[in-house]
This record gives sequence, C-alpha cells and structure tokens, in this order.
Amino acid sequence: MPSVKIPRKSTDTDMTPFVDIAFLILSFFIMATKFKPPEPVEITTPGSVLSQKLPENNAVMISIDSSNRVFFSVLSEKDPGKYDAIINGINTSQNLGLSPAEIANFKKTILVGVPFAGLKQLLGTNAKEQDKLKQPGIPVLDSANNQLVWWVREAKNAFAGEKLNYLIKGDGKSKYPTFEAVIAALKRNEEFKYNLVTALDDIPPGTELYIKEKSGEKDLKK
Amino acid sequence: MASIDTGGGDGGHKKGPGVKKAKKLSTRVDMTPMVDLGFLLITFFVFTATMSSPTTLDLNMPKDIKDQKEQTEVKESSVLSIMLGKDNQIFYYEGKLTEDGSNFKSTTFKGIRDIIVNKKKEVMSRYVTDPECEAKARAKGRPISECADKDFVVIIKPSPEATYKNTVDILDEMTINQVRTYAMVKIFDQEFELIKATEASSGIK
Repeated sequence: MPSVKIPRKSTDTDMTPFVDIAFLILSFFIMATKFKPPEPVEITTPGSVLSQKLPENNAVMISIDSSNRVFFSVLSEKDPGKYDAIINGINTSQNLGLSPAEIANFKKTILVGVPFAGLKQLLGTNAKEQDKLKQPGIPVLDSANNQLVWWVREAKNAFAGEKLNYLIKGDGKSKYPTFEAVIAALKRNEEFKYNLVTALDDIPPGTELYIKEKSGEKDLKK
Repeated sequence: MASIDTGGGDGGHKKGPGVKKAKKLSTRVDMTPMVDLGFLLITFFVFTATMSSPTTLDLNMPKDIKDQKEQTEVKESSVLSIMLGKDNQIFYYEGKLTEDGSNFKSTTFKGIRDIIVNKKKEVMSRYVTDPECEAKARAKGRPISECADKDFVVIIKPSPEATYKNTVDILDEMTINQVRTYAMVKIFDQEFELIKATEASSGIK
C-alpha cells in the first residue's frame, strides 16, 4: 500500500532579518543617546510653552533646588580653560589660597554650592566623593554678602568677548526670594538677559498664542 | 527555541565496515541568547534616551533706574497688577490700588487667563488710531494690530511666599496671551499686607 509521505517542515523560522533590524535599532539608539551628566541635586523644573532649545556651551548655570539652595556651574565643554580662569579669579579675589590640585579639581566639580569659606574643603575632596558632602548652597539672600555676584563676575571675565548665556534652573517648589536674589546678583553684573530652564508644555488651545502658532507666519504678512 | 540538531548521519546506511562517514555538524548557531541581549539593550537605550530635552524661557529684566524722571510712565487705566501669593493664589487689581483695597481681588491660575484676556480686550477697545505707531509697524513689517495693545501693561509682583513655579507660570501666561509689555517688580508692603490679610480670612495657611 502506497503511503503518502508528508514532508516534514521545520518549525524554525529564519530570524536573521529580524535580528538585523533589531541590531540596527540598537546601534541607532546607542549613537543617539547622550547621557545626562549626573546631577548631584535633583531639580524638577516647571513647564513653559516655549520650545527654544537650551544652549549647552558657553553658559553658566545657576541652579536652585527645592530647599532654596543655590548652586553654580559652568558649561564649557569646548574650552576647558574657562574653568581654570574662573576658579583662579575667585581664588585671587577672595584670597582663598587654593592649591594647584584644588584648582584643577574645579573642572571635575559638577556643581559648587558652598560659601567661599567652604570652597577649599569642597575642592579638596575627590570629585566622585563630593556627592556625600552636604553643600549648604551659595549665600545669596543677604544682599551685602551675595556671593553669587563674585561667581558671575569671574565667569563674565573668563568669557569676555564671547557670548555667555545665563541659565537659571530652579525647582518649582523653591521660593521666590531666592530667585529674586539670583536675579539681583546677575543685575549687579550688568546682565539683564537670562534663560530659565523649563520643561516643555503644550500650548493651551484657544489662546492667542495657539491661534498664532496655527496660522504660522500669516499674521506677519497682513 | 533551541534547534534540534538533525545533522549527522547516525542511523544512516552504513556503506560497509571500515567506511566511516564524517559526522556532519550543523553550521547553525543558536542565536537566541544574542537576540535576547540585543533586545535588552534596545529597551535600555529606548528608556534612557532623553526625549524631552529641556527648553528655555527668556527673561529680560530692566536696568534699575533710580531717577524718577527716567522711569517709564504707563497709563493707569491700562495696567493690570498681578500678585502671587501662597498656595498658588493670585491677587490682582486693575489700575491703581484704592485706599480701602476695594479693587483688590483674588483668583487662581485657572482664572487668571480670562482676566488677562478681558483686560487686554478692554484696553484694545479704547484704542484711538495712532498713525505714528502704525507707520512704524508697517515699516517693520509687523501687523498694525500690535499698536492696539501697546498701552497694555502687566505688572507681576511675586510675594516672598510665591514659589518659583508660580513665577514661571505667570511669565508663561504672558507668552500664551501675547502680552507684549510686562514687568516684574518687587511687591509693595501695602500689597503684601493685603495678601496676608486676605489669606488669613480665607483660611489659607
């Protein structure tokens, strides 16, 4: 009796194209991901409708955390010499007597949030262990001893002749007087234009800005 | 998904004693672990990829002017003063604050938009054609409707109890409602006293 042989089909599927795509996506994400620099203080920024991008170079970032502590940091990846210029300026003007090693450590310090008196200790600590130090924040509230003024002044000197952006990154819960004191420190350095770091919010529908965005550039041609 | 090794000639026909057939090994490699790892990495990078990069809000502050004469005069009738209090409360008054504080009102962030929009409309309705301003606008290629609300000024006065979020929100509100002239000013003591009194009476701690 002739028996009909059903050819056995393998249950294996060829996964090669699938794997190809998977690795393609993987390589894309590896390349596209830019890791956030570690942030020693957590700051939740409020939202705004503006979609302007944040400058990442030639900028001074002043952070205010939720307990009203003020931190100062410099964003200058392209020209690391600015870090030295700023800390040297501070060292000279405040007579801190920092050692060369401490000055070099400023480059690795992500945030400075100590009064001048505590700067030597902060910079004397290894950058990786600075997280453990409790930084009280730069004193700003007393207008006679607003130390942020000095930091901004030195940053301004270091970036003389270049465009320097002032970023203010405040936590939504921080109180207004601290923000006002930060503004006052910038004002005393004759700086009047700032960028407030915010998260992106949607434009509420029905408002004037919404209508304007919808119509694009049309209203300008009227 | 381990593939079963079907290769090899075991159990096949032996050609005879002494003839040994080389065992065929499958060239297939089990790719499952590699794929597993690949997808694990994909998920990791997808999650860490910062999709919402931070944006910025521009803020321009005026120079402090000590000289009374140099200060900008604004029409009293087209000014809206907004004060930020505790607990996301907003206080506002139009024009000048009366002695008894009768035009001192309170609202929230939800209600402030309508107040700004209404005040803006009111100011625009009182607009008398200003040929000088309109000529300027035309020369710059801007719409002449910008002249209509040129008098409208919002003065923002955050109290020491307001949070930074409130400040940013109200500045954002200026952008949303296209208020071209606004200023951030230190709050007056009289106003702060009124805020405190209002807050006490409405039970906000």
